[in-house]
Amino acid sequence: MNLQRPEAPAVRFILNGKLSTSHMPGHTRLADVLRDEFGFTGVKIGCNAGDCGACTILLDGKQICACLTPLGQAAGKVVVTVEGLMAHGTLTRVQRAFQKHGAAQCGICTPGMLMAAVELLGHREHPTESETLDALGGVLCRCTGYRKIVEAVLDAASEVNLPALPEAGAAVGARVPKVDGIAKITGAEVFGADGIPKDALWLRAIRSPHARARFTIGDLADFRARHPRIERIIVASDIPFNGFGIYPDLKDQPVLADGEVRYRGEAVLALVGTRDAVEAVREAELPIHYEPEEPVTGIDAAMRAGRAVQAARPDNLLISGKVRRGDVEQAVASAVAVAEGVFDTSFVEHAYIEPEAGWARRVGDRIEVHATTQAPAMDLEEVANVLRIARDQVRIVPTACGGGFGGKLDVSVQPLLALAAWVTGRPVAWVYTRPESMMASTKRHPARVIVRFACDASGRLLTAESDALFDTGAYASWGPTVANRVPVHATGPYAVPNVRTTGRAYFTNAPPAGAFRGFGVPQAAIAHEAMMDSLADELAIDRLEFRRINALRVGDVTATGQRLEASAGLVACLDALAPRWQAACREVAAFNQRAQGALRRGVGIGCMWYGIGNTSMSNPSTMRVGIDRNGAVTFYNGAVDIGQGSNTILSQILADAIGIPISRIRLVMGDTDRTADAGKTSASRQTFVSGRAAEAAGLSLRAAILRFANAGEEARIEIGEGRILVEEAGHRREIDLGMLEPDANGDVVRGEGRFDPPTTPLDGDGQGIPYATYAFAAQMAVVEVDMDLGTTRVLSILAAHDVGRAINPVQVEGQIQGGIAQGLGLALMEEYLPGRTENLHDYLIPTIGDVPPIEVLMIEEREPLGPSGAKGVGEPGLVPTAPAILGAIHHATGVRPVFVPVTPDRLRAAIRERRGA
Amino acid sequence: MIAKRLGGAVSSGSYQRVSTLDQALAALASGCTILAGGTDYYPARVGRALDDELVDITALAELRGIAEEETHWRIGATTTWSELIATDLPPLFDGVRLAAREVGGMQIQNAGTLGGNLCNASPAADGVPPLLALDADVELCASSGSRRRLPLAEFVVGNRRTARAPDELLTAILVPKPQGRASGHFLKLGARRYLVISIVMVGTLLDLDTSGHVLRAGVAVGASAATARRLGGLEAAMIGRKADASLADLVREEHLEPLSPIDDVRGSAAYRRDAALTLIRRSLATLGSRT
Ligand SMILES: Cc1cc2nc3c(=O)[nH]c(=O)nc-3n(C[C@H](O)[C@H](O)[C@H](O)COP(=O)(O)OP(=O)(O)OC[C@H]3O[C@@H](n4cnc5c(N)ncnc54)[C@H](O)[C@@H]3O)c2cc1C
Ligand code: FES
Ligand code: FES
Repeated sequence: MNLQRPEAPAVRFILNGKLSTSHMPGHTRLADVLRDEFGFTGVKIGCNAGDCGACTILLDGKQICACLTPLGQAAGKVVVTVEGLMAHGTLTRVQRAFQKHGAAQCGICTPGMLMAAVELLGHREHPTESETLDALGGVLCRCTGYRKIVEAVLDAASEVNLPALPEAGAAVGARVPKVDGIAKITGAEVFGADGIPKDALWLRAIRSPHARARFTIGDLADFRARHPRIERIIVASDIPFNGFGIYPDLKDQPVLADGEVRYRGEAVLALVGTRDAVEAVREAELPIHYEPEEPVTGIDAAMRAGRAVQAARPDNLLISGKVRRGDVEQAVASAVAVAEGVFDTSFVEHAYIEPEAGWARRVGDRIEVHATTQAPAMDLEEVANVLRIARDQVRIVPTACGGGFGGKLDVSVQPLLALAAWVTGRPVAWVYTRPESMMASTKRHPARVIVRFACDASGRLLTAESDALFDTGAYASWGPTVANRVPVHATGPYAVPNVRTTGRAYFTNAPPAGAFRGFGVPQAAIAHEAMMDSLADELAIDRLEFRRINALRVGDVTATGQRLEASAGLVACLDALAPRWQAACREVAAFNQRAQGALRRGVGIGCMWYGIGNTSMSNPSTMRVGIDRNGAVTFYNGAVDIGQGSNTILSQILADAIGIPISRIRLVMGDTDRTADAGKTSASRQTFVSGRAAEAAGLSLRAAILRFANAGEEARIEIGEGRILVEEAGHRREIDLGMLEPDANGDVVRGEGRFDPPTTPLDGDGQGIPYATYAFAAQMAVVEVDMDLGTTRVLSILAAHDVGRAINPVQVEGQIQGGIAQGLGLALMEEYLPGRTENLHDYLIPTIGDVPPIEVLMIEEREPLGPSGAKGVGEPGLVPTAPAILGAIHHATGVRPVFVPVTPDRLRAAIRERRGA
Repeated sequence: MIAKRLGGAVSSGSYQRVSTLDQALAALASGCTILAGGTDYYPARVGRALDDELVDITALAELRGIAEEETHWRIGATTTWSELIATDLPPLFDGVRLAAREVGGMQIQNAGTLGGNLCNASPAADGVPPLLALDADVELCASSGSRRRLPLAEFVVGNRRTARAPDELLTAILVPKPQGRASGHFLKLGARRYLVISIVMVGTLLDLDTSGHVLRAGVAVGASAATARRLGGLEAAMIGRKADASLADLVREEHLEPLSPIDDVRGSAAYRRDAALTLIRRSLATLGSRT
């Protein structure tokens, strides 16, 4: 090390309007300088490689990636970060437009998007859409599907006014801007990497470069001597209980591998020390000796007996689930049309723009973990379990979550951070690098879905058979959930009397496949929707009409024997699409008839249904609300908002239930010391389950107030400074809050609500009531295929979703558009290959230029169990998209894709093969 | 020291931002690594300490900008993609400018330099095929005072390998002036709209006499061999032809002989050949019918 190195010369620049001086070395990434030295954590780091654009700032008015810019190049220049936009203390127009249009979901990409937009708007007051796409093309967003961002930028030229917040009783159904939105558009939001104490030690994991190996760790004394500022080295044997996993009886994933690694990227050792000390370590310095072994790769290898990924599972089978109904063989024999196929999908990465991050500290005999997560209550159990301490010794404080999509349901940084802080007594922080996030985290299960569907002459489905094989990677994670959910859904949203479906998950030496928006259902939908197209084509029935014939309706019985009592709106969705579908079919035919060159168009349709909440399992949520002596209303909300908007939606429901304006509600989110267990943010359950709980909490608070005032149900409540006014039929009563005894939270009046959706267990044939309610949807896609290059451009998507009731139409549209963008990626470009696509330039997710205009049609078939009739919408947006796109590709080319993603080379090969044939 | 107190990401390397060519060359001679826009440098160091001795050349005025000289155009090494796009240039440069618009997103175009693109020598570097088609040279200077000029085709010698000696700085790209009316074109194939590494890309040039016949043709294909390749056979076949869209019909599979594509995550070798043929035909049809 060069100890004589002269002190770095100071670098001066104008930072957010102030002359500033940095003393960090000139080649330090400007992003690090702005965040660490100046505290402008609105500069987000999603990749440190130029690929995500989250760090976009303006340098002399031009957008650049602060993660690629040496500090030295800022010398004498003007630097503006998102924090510098509000120069006069008020939101700029483009910020207001983002808030108004719901352009920020999780908000991690928002600062970068805003800065790119500000550059554009600086020289084009009224930009066109294509100029907007070009200007924002370097910033990735994984949540929104970009359309609301484009809308916001195009609207920013006008005098943007934020809508007034609704009055008491009018919040449900209103386009209420995000209650936590302002922090996201000003850079104030604190994500996992943003609140790290200055004196924190840093943790760094050393991960296996091999998919499968035995290893030993040699003597570390030398290494320690060379790195005095590394304070601890943690190995498997230091961990009180070295296992975690979603299911209480399946803690099969070690926190640190113990002598054997089962996937590339598995952590084997952790270094804890000063940040520069842990970062300076070259992996080769550590005496870790691997003996690589031939990995088990892919489902076929896993099914071939002989080599187990986990010794306890010699046949590599994690789990299988099934549904049986009627007599398939007999029904097939009488069928007029039979279609069959085999469909394969790939590992898909969540690619949330915020990598896993957080910090922990020991407070006396308790441990406190601040991290990005979707499931604080599960994190708490996991940490208590790993540290072998009591649950009440653990506090989880979720930071803002920069995207999850299922990938932040499993613990990531939490157990090791907790252990490191516990043993060192110092705060310890850990921020995954992008490659680390991609290597270590869970993925969408690759699936092979083998299907056969049959129907009669009128197009009525007689049978559905589906055998879904899943590559579940090295550890169980959410594999059982996928294997159980898929057989239930594998018929598609159709009434089928004879059903034989299975789901099986196999271990391989790949990253653990876990939860990812849809839990396997998107993979199964690709198969069942291809079957619908094939059967329709065979009988020359219009593809939409064919689905309409078979659509599940109220009163129908599902494959598990459940009678749908209400809210089954698929027919309404299809009817909403029908006129546009017919028009699109005509337009596409006309285009193709005229076409001279290589471009051909096609239109496709996809349908789905999705059970809300856990499969045949209790998944309750408890919500609390209190009013303190001053009249402040606090909503103790244990449901983590990962960008999908639950903070806003639950507040809307709560406000209307109490009968007060939403503006009165203050939020406490997720902190396990202050909120009750709301269950995890997954399975599209927070609006439905926690929404019902919030409604109940609001009603119970209201009832308490009315009891105090001795008033009837119709009374109007108004909460003022230190008092509550209750007005009924001209009579006004006042409750003096100061007279009441406060509890530990300082609250004097309280409400609590709990909801657990009614389900029953599935029997040996998969019969029962797995879900209390289902969402339904139909989407239609128009694509243009370049027949000579095999490239596919999606031109438009129209999405009709039965959401029960849209509590907040902006959020509903945002969820659907975001899901569609992910479905588009699944269909056309996303393929995670360990060792090969571990970053965001080799692993492609859709950019702003890839997502077409999306129109959302909301169908509201009220669900009696849901709050104000609402169901969930978080996952359904994604499920029908890939089927619709694949159907459109088939329509355009005659090729039926059987492997996703349908990359240009695959599609071109299939087109050539078809032409050759 | 200070960085440590701040808990920031610190490095053991060094950094100087020089203001004269001599300083830059001296730093190079003492073993420093060149830093220009940093858009290739930093991504290669994610999660690693920045421990190089760096010399930042972006403050050197003489390396920046585009100038017309008697026999050629001179593009300074640190000219950014955005500066290239913003400069008023003849149709000769249309191909390079189309390439510039397709590099990364605007953040990358605002920082990344042409010199960096050539020196980094990725097989997928979008600047290389259109500049090859223009018969560009590079100018290299060393502290010894040597200043040499090398055809681009001889400069980029392999996957991330160039003929640059360790003490040499690429100072400029020199583009010869055409004999007749010349225009260039570029097509890039990627699997998404923005921020995408080319699966294949093609740079073309037609230099025409007053009667619209081809005096010189340039066709170069990237991401289909360790370095971008000129297709000499095809270029020769076009000489003397009347330029129109039918130039595309001259393209034969044998013309791809200089290519040796590989299979990777972006596409198979067979696909690359197939797509290259399509892109070349389209590019020539566009150029031919434009003139
Ligand atoms: C998100 C992203 C997207 C990208 N997309 C594309 C793309 O679409 N197409 C494409 O072609 N590239 C792309 N790139 C790569 C990169 O932006 C370009 O190659 C860029 O032109 C590199 O220039 P630079 O000035 O940033 O190089 P630097 O990173 O500064 O330098 C690159 C290398 O060249 C050396 N070097 C630089 N200048 C000189 C010189 N004058 N003399 C000698 N050596 C020198 C440096 O030492 C270093 O080794 C992308 C990069 C990112 C991060
Ligand atoms: S953090 Fe800079 S581009 Fe991703
Ligand atoms: S809102 Fe864009 S990444 Fe989450």
